[in-house]
Amino acid sequence: MTQPIGGLPPVAQPQLYLDGVSRSFDGFKAINNLSLVIEHGELRAVIGPNGAGKTTMMDIITGKTRPDTGQVLWEQTVDLTRLDEAATARLGIGRKFQKPTVFESHTVQDNLTLALKADRSPWATLFRRGSAPERSRIDELLALTRLGDHRFRLAGALSHGQKQWLEIGMLLAQEPRLLLVDEPAAGMTDAETMLTADLLKSIAGERSVIVVEHDMEFVRALGCKVTVLHQGAVLAEGRLDAVSAMPDVIEVYLGR
Amino acid sequence: MIDRRMGIFLAGLFVLAVVVPVGNLALAGQPVPTYLVALIGKYLCYALLAVALDLVWGYCGILSLGHGAFFALGGYAMGMYLMREIGDRGVYANPSVPDFMVFIGWKELPWYWWGFDHFALAAAMVVIAPGLLAFVFGWFAFRSRVTGVYLSIITQAMTYALMLAFFRNDMGFGGNNGLTDFKDILGFDLAQPATKVGLMVLSALALAGGLVLARWVTGSRLGKVLVCVRDAESRTRFLGYRVEHYKLFIFTLSAMMAGVAGALYVPQVGIINPSEFSPANSIEIVIWVALGGRGTLVGAALGAIVVAAAKTVLTGALPEAWLYALGALFILVTLVLPTGVVGALEDTLSRLRGTPPRKEAKA
Ligand SMILES: Nc1ncnc2c1ncn2[C@@H]1O[C@H](COP(=O)(O)OP(=O)(O)O)[C@@H](O)[C@H]1O
Ligand SMILES: [Mg+2]
Repeated sequence: MTQPIGGLPPVAQPQLYLDGVSRSFDGFKAINNLSLVIEHGELRAVIGPNGAGKTTMMDIITGKTRPDTGQVLWEQTVDLTRLDEAATARLGIGRKFQKPTVFESHTVQDNLTLALKADRSPWATLFRRGSAPERSRIDELLALTRLGDHRFRLAGALSHGQKQWLEIGMLLAQEPRLLLVDEPAAGMTDAETMLTADLLKSIAGERSVIVVEHDMEFVRALGCKVTVLHQGAVLAEGRLDAVSAMPDVIEVYLGR
Repeated sequence: MIDRRMGIFLAGLFVLAVVVPVGNLALAGQPVPTYLVALIGKYLCYALLAVALDLVWGYCGILSLGHGAFFALGGYAMGMYLMREIGDRGVYANPSVPDFMVFIGWKELPWYWWGFDHFALAAAMVVIAPGLLAFVFGWFAFRSRVTGVYLSIITQAMTYALMLAFFRNDMGFGGNNGLTDFKDILGFDLAQPATKVGLMVLSALALAGGLVLARWVTGSRLGKVLVCVRDAESRTRFLGYRVEHYKLFIFTLSAMMAGVAGALYVPQVGIINPSEFSPANSIEIVIWVALGGRGTLVGAALGAIVVAAAKTVLTGALPEAWLYALGALFILVTLVLPTGVVGALEDTLSRLRGTPPRKEAKA
């Protein structure tokens, strides 16, 4: 931590810093002068109507999409706009997709094993064999995602909700420092949704988490700062109660 | 590591490698004629080529329509050695350059032929030449994220361009006629049945080695990453894997394997010419693999052997019918047996036994 100098407040050390980011597709501004600051260990919910640019924002953070203008900084030093998906993943940015994406022709166990934090070079993977610490880590993740009974099943045979959990497990296996979670509650039962909210809350603190979600119950359960995105820009930011009382926000949501 | 399917195939290969030599060389009345020995050896080379293609297509989703080029390059490397082995026994009895160079008026050996009188250098070039081409080609293609149909098209263009280049006399590879009239290999007379038997046994060994290597690679964690790339390339990137490096690895390895197949093929058929680069040849490899079963390795090898044997029989009987038969077979398998013959067979067997079918490859 930087010590306060001359009685000034401590300088903020954000994990992730977006400033003036814009990106258009065929003239349509999907992201429009977006600014966002995520602190270390913060849990942040991002809400907004369909097409607000939430997924595109994640694409930009993970290097899948390059912004036209603006700054995207990781821990104040690394320019994320220069990196590709593999590089941002190696930095410690993990991502769960809106549509659950697991490796369907691999078993649940293999899905988790391949996600474990390790050397990703072809040479290393060609010669790596399973180890005891690795197996116990897999056991932990299986217990956490309640997929222990499905260990040797093909991921393609899982239900939609189970795939969501498997993908969350794969995300945790990477030991990321920032988790980008796109609509995790889709296809889950109410009970599963609440369990997911608890899990994400328990992860935050140690890691930073950005959750995109439509389900207001879920966002309420997270009990964290909320950013409302609209037409590619931040419309409001604050606690859910405060934000949802703002006329602008009501209009955006009810106007749809 | 070696599953039942491969165990059975390797055992069959072993029997073949014993029965054919004994039947040709040791038994009275020669129940296995010498022409058949060379034919079987040729099929085994095709089988190795099919395994090479299955590595990239079946396991990594890279549909190469140019694998014939790697096979041909391996073949040319071997052919160059065989040409130098002729020495002064050619028609022009010129000890310093092969006949076809005398014919086009070349007095000296071009630099890229230097050293090919040494078997060791030629053997190294058998894997280096196709490996290097695959590496350079793949480096540009995979880095620019060319995938799917576009990648297939540029691999096809690659082999086509090489065919045109090798047709030119001034390339120094014998032009239209290619390299032929070989006399011996490492001092063994190529016309002798014993040499043919030896080459056939070597081909069987190479196929077995290629299968075991391919099995080891696909069974490793790297092999699992390849399947990830095949099924969900973008997801694999977001896990931190450099997809292009994995593709490059398997593409280069596969090209080297194809090169070895080509090198064993040339002394057995006695010629290598630019038609080996023709796009149709590369498409035929894809058909072998699709028929036998993509992503099964053994299926690919079997597909090659069966289709090549059928081709020999059919082109003898009804030369015009072959292409139609091949096309019809391909369409039939694609529609009816998307996992190929081996895949369909195993699915049926496991359904009969009541166990869930193993899904190694999704077509
Ligand atoms: N690669 C792309 N090409 C063209 N348009 C895109 C692309 N990605 C996103 N968009 C557009 O940007 C807008 C924002 O999309 P998205 O980020 O998916 O919204 P959200 O996730 O908030 O629903 C949409 O109108 C979408 O059509
Ligand atoms: Mg979205």
